Amino acid sequence: MATGSSRFADALGADVRTAAGPVSTGPASPRAVLELRDVTKTYVLEGVEVHALCGVTLDVFQGEMLSIMGPSGSGKSTLMHIIGLLDHPTSGTVSVEGQDVVGMTANQLAAVRNKRIGFVFQSFNLLARTGALANVELPLVYAGVSASERTRRAREALEGVELGDRLRHTPSQLSGGQQQRVAIARALVTSPSIVLADEPTGNLDSRSGIEVMALLQRLNAAGITVVVVTHDANVARHGQRIIELRDGEVVRDAAVTDRLDASKELVQLGMNTAAGTDAVGAKAADAG
Amino acid sequence: MSLVESFRIAMRALFANKVRSLLTMLGVIIGVSAVILLVAIGTGVQGQVTGAVQGLGSNVLFVFPGKINTGGGSGGAGFAGASGKPFSSSDAQYLQMRLTGVDAVVPMAQGSATAKYQSKSVQPTLMGTTDEGRLVNSATLGGGRYFNRSENDAAARVAVIGYTVKTQLFPNVADPVGLVMTVSGQRFTVIGWFEKQGGGMGGDQDNQISMPIGALQRITATDRVAIILVKVSNASQVDFVRSQITRFLEPRFGDQVTVFSQDQTLGIFNALLGTLTIMLAGIAGISLLVGGIGIMNIMLVSVSERTREIGIRKAVGARTYDILSQFVIEAMMLSVTGGVVGILVGAGGALALSPIVPTTITPWAIAVAFFFSAGVGVFFGVYPAWKASKLDPIEALRYE
Repeated sequence: MATGSSRFADALGADVRTAAGPVSTGPASPRAVLELRDVTKTYVLEGVEVHALCGVTLDVFQGEMLSIMGPSGSGKSTLMHIIGLLDHPTSGTVSVEGQDVVGMTANQLAAVRNKRIGFVFQSFNLLARTGALANVELPLVYAGVSASERTRRAREALEGVELGDRLRHTPSQLSGGQQQRVAIARALVTSPSIVLADEPTGNLDSRSGIEVMALLQRLNAAGITVVVVTHDANVARHGQRIIELRDGEVVRDAAVTDRLDASKELVQLGMNTAAGTDAVGAKAADAG
Repeated sequence: MSLVESFRIAMRALFANKVRSLLTMLGVIIGVSAVILLVAIGTGVQGQVTGAVQGLGSNVLFVFPGKINTGGGSGGAGFAGASGKPFSSSDAQYLQMRLTGVDAVVPMAQGSATAKYQSKSVQPTLMGTTDEGRLVNSATLGGGRYFNRSENDAAARVAVIGYTVKTQLFPNVADPVGLVMTVSGQRFTVIGWFEKQGGGMGGDQDNQISMPIGALQRITATDRVAIILVKVSNASQVDFVRSQITRFLEPRFGDQVTVFSQDQTLGIFNALLGTLTIMLAGIAGISLLVGGIGIMNIMLVSVSERTREIGIRKAVGARTYDILSQFVIEAMMLSVTGGVVGILVGAGGALALSPIVPTTITPWAIAVAFFFSAGVGVFFGVYPAWKASKLDPIEALRYE
């Protein structure tokens, strides 16, 4: 936990503009936090077998930012569920931090998810009518962390996503971009091995989407492993490596040569809109 | 996750749907308050009957015609319920003559008739005794007097009326002594009236007219005596007197005579009223059951409504047990809160009714109602909670 929280503190302490500055070329150590070996997943739908994954082998390395891309029906969601330990593969092995998770019971998986995986969903998936702070505290509740410690860490995480002034706001009082930032704070609050983002920009306008990508890049620059699942090539280009899925198989696994830097995109966006509306106006629109 | 945390989550969920939570609780409130109220009435009546029997003194023997089992085997245990040859006034006179060591031998007979005064009429119970009946009657005279020996011997048409009879037949008369009413067409002079005393043995004692047994027998046109009360002078002689009674009546009735002491009589009443109370509680319990089904229904709705929430909780690390306890505790809070409110409503209702019906609120009824309602919550909450805990997180997250 010590390494986790210090890594986390780095991420929070970092300033947006400087931290995401030059795109790093990759992690120094190639240690895999997640290993998938020959993973298959077969569903039976109305008597017909559907092979969602046909032998996927992949490693997610410590500190990298990986994009998993593919059109709908490519097995992308199934792969995400398996990486997120929400589902068991039909065959093959999955291990997290060297720990084999295939034989685990639902409750054991829940404990590993709680500790190792932080989820960011397309539709935010925050608890309705529940304040931002309570939403961020949720994983800590199930981790058995004391109430005062929970509040302290959740507040810290929210301050890290620049929502320190909206602790009591419920999701309906927050904009989409803010909701997604609350979700990111929730994903980070347990200092997980992997932050798994499923179409994190899918429900956001382009500006909020880029802000969210900037935040993920900033966290990654601070050492947090990020996996982004998307169908959008532009979103995928924010990662260092792209894995492309098609019909349940990995068809491409390559480093990104023209990586996008979301903080630079934001600066550009700011210049483009500067003529009409200033940054304050943009911020107000975001808040509304 | 700690239980405190489960309580907090459940509380939040219940407050999020205030009206729904209140309506669900209402089912339990009605059930529990009905149990408390009906048991209070049952126990209250039982207490009053016990008091009435005990008021006669511990050395009173009750002589019934026929064979009555104290075990409750004979269904119609009661003054007139026993089968067998009935007593007559002469049996009482015979006992009076032969028994030694007794203060009084009082035959009692019952009947019913319409009593009228001017345009008013009531349907009271007629109670025929001798002048010594005063010795075994715990009611207080509000005015006038009881009938005397000579009135008794002459079977005079004089009556001592109960409080209900007085207020209904003579609503505008403060003291009806000396007025003449008709009972079953015969003219009776009111010579006294009793204070209010509530329910008691043989029905509502306030809705009663006491008269010389001879006068009653003229109305009912029979010589029957339902029960003979024997007041023993000395408590140590109760067993001796009992054996005398059995012996003296044997030539006429064989073994078809039952002599009960006060304890045995109390035992019969308690068994009878106890059964009645349990029956009342059972009927009220059914409404509590219906309330429980209401909880189950609303919990099932709540689970399907919050499928997505369950998915989120599971994704971030909630175990099966966490979800299960969250929903069971939610159901329990509904039922226990409903139970506590129901206890207050039931106890309040019992207090409010106490001027009309005797009520006694017993701790055991409260305890039983409370734990039963909590049990209802667990029982009816477990299935929806189990359903919630078994949800597949992927499906749950996809749920719209």
